[in-house]
Amino acid sequence: MFLLPGILLIFLFFLAPVVITAVMGFTNMDYRFQWNFVGFGNFFRMSDDFLVPKILVNTLVYTFGTLAIFNVTFGLILALLTTSISERVGLFFRALWLLPRFTPPVVYAAIWLWILSPTRNGLLNGLRVAMGLNPIAWISEYPWGVIIVTNGIIGASMGMLIFASAIKAIPRDYLWAARVDGASWFQEVRHIVLPLIRWPLMFITAYQTLSLLTSYEYILLITQGGPFHASEVWSLYAYNKAFSAYAGTYEFGYAAALATVLVLIGTVASIAYWKMFRFREMMAPPRIEVS
Amino acid sequence: MASIKLEQLTKRFGKVVAVNNLNLEVKDGEFIALLGPSGCGKTTTLLMIAGIYRPTQGKIYFDDVLVNDVAPKDRYVGLVFQSYALYPHMKVYDNIAFPLKLAKVPRKEIDRKVYEVAKLTKIEELLDRMPGQLSGGQQQRVALCRALVKEPEILLLDEPLSNLDARLRIETRAEIKRLQRELGITTILVTHDQVEALTMSERVAVMHAGVLQQYGPPDELYDRPRNLFVASFIGDPPMNLIPVELERTDGRLRLVADSFVLPLAEEWENMLGQIPEASFTLGVRPEDVRISTEEKANALLGEVFLTEPLGGGTLVHFMFGEISFRVLASREIKMDVGDKFWLVPDQSKLHIFTKDGLSVREVGRRDAQ
Repeated sequence: MFLLPGILLIFLFFLAPVVITAVMGFTNMDYRFQWNFVGFGNFFRMSDDFLVPKILVNTLVYTFGTLAIFNVTFGLILALLTTSISERVGLFFRALWLLPRFTPPVVYAAIWLWILSPTRNGLLNGLRVAMGLNPIAWISEYPWGVIIVTNGIIGASMGMLIFASAIKAIPRDYLWAARVDGASWFQEVRHIVLPLIRWPLMFITAYQTLSLLTSYEYILLITQGGPFHASEVWSLYAYNKAFSAYAGTYEFGYAAALATVLVLIGTVASIAYWKMFRFREMMAPPRIEVS
Repeated sequence: MASIKLEQLTKRFGKVVAVNNLNLEVKDGEFIALLGPSGCGKTTTLLMIAGIYRPTQGKIYFDDVLVNDVAPKDRYVGLVFQSYALYPHMKVYDNIAFPLKLAKVPRKEIDRKVYEVAKLTKIEELLDRMPGQLSGGQQQRVALCRALVKEPEILLLDEPLSNLDARLRIETRAEIKRLQRELGITTILVTHDQVEALTMSERVAVMHAGVLQQYGPPDELYDRPRNLFVASFIGDPPMNLIPVELERTDGRLRLVADSFVLPLAEEWENMLGQIPEASFTLGVRPEDVRISTEEKANALLGEVFLTEPLGGGTLVHFMFGEISFRVLASREIKMDVGDKFWLVPDQSKLHIFTKDGLSVREVGRRDAQ
């Protein structure tokens, strides 16, 4: 009974959009917003779409590349470093790293566009020119490096925050005991810290996988998925189909079908993580009984 | 094994002085206790010896070698934490083996040493369990094993018994003492429990507010407390401490507070005669008072206010006006509330402290130097 308002909210804001998207996926809706059902037409079209395999591979590379290099590994390194130095300095660095989270994505993207600008006025190329080298068209030469770095630097802050608080929650007696037992800093991290923050590590891996699967805003703003779909990921492809398709055709139906597939991929990934990391073991039965 | 010397050791945390100018020597193979109320700096001292805290000032020597800049892992120190700090993700065996694994001891050797130390503390059958499955007493033994397995030169124990129940505490007390004697390892015990300190160690260092108050064998602390703090901290039931005025009537010295009037024996004449003050604090241990039904010399007449049977004896409260005076009486004496008795304190065991809290005996000694 008490849960009813919550259930309603969940239905309205979480479940309904998924259902609507899925249903829309079976129409050929365009800018006229007509519900013309075409059966599995969109899905057949997807299987014939010559771009889809490329975009699928792109999505996997982007998601797991960013995850492995930045969101987990780099986040962990930041957390370990900022908790190993003095509290005040560590806090300062963590706050610094969070700043891009507060700034609008467009500003963040604009800064990267300036850093990576192919002209001599970009930050990197300015440095190259100063060293007597020729400017490089960073974005079109290395689209993969660019989207992984730009997403990862901002994405690492989430892992950094969670890991840092998990590390700080480890009773210091464990760390002191390890030190007296003869552990160096690396051994302390490997034998004590990492095993004790196992759950946050798994949680961030699972959570960031899902959020990377659906995120495309920095790619859109920085490379537009280019050059020639080289850095286009699934969610961006769906967005392009829906909103910026050629000559303003707005293929909502096809885009919704693409989005539905992404939801399925996300669901499969969640279930896989759930099983793999045994999240069920983490959950304690509620202490209060609600009837 | 090693001896320890602390020289003018000071630790500050911001503006707080946790340990202030501490000088302390521990002989090779000795068992000493750091005793004091919480926040007195005893654990901070221990962590400085272990190398976890860096002293703000002063020096730490092991066997006359300065170790201020030696990392914890190179100090050959075993430390048992109050929380035991057993690594929750490792089995008991791996917990104990951890220091050896880090030292790259061959696997067979590790095996042998772990079983040896487990046998010593009788926990062989627990080696396969996780720490979370053990009782407090078992965890304590595992922590001790982990500290001992690397055969340290110095064993540091931070409140090792405070998480055990009363009965287990008494057993473990004896157990640790036995182990220490068998291994002959230099040991420092940190505790707030005077009984633990007095029963286990050869010498006790009483600390208060970061300052060492007195350092000596248990008997000495008990019989000759240097100052008011040690007098009040050591002893159970605690010493009676009464603010008194020194008066001279008919050529005899008396200590007076309200209706409490205690004539002093002549032996005190010399010691008190040198001190110009008239206000003192009198300390009398409840067990240093004889109870008599007849009038005696240097005695006071008191009325029973309250009795507390302690099993072995009875703690009797006498009231002198506002002043409560506790006496430990043997069970044979039958007494009821309102009964009157003559109380005869043992004059040689009185403790008299100046306004600064220093024992009058110390003042005499200091002047003699």
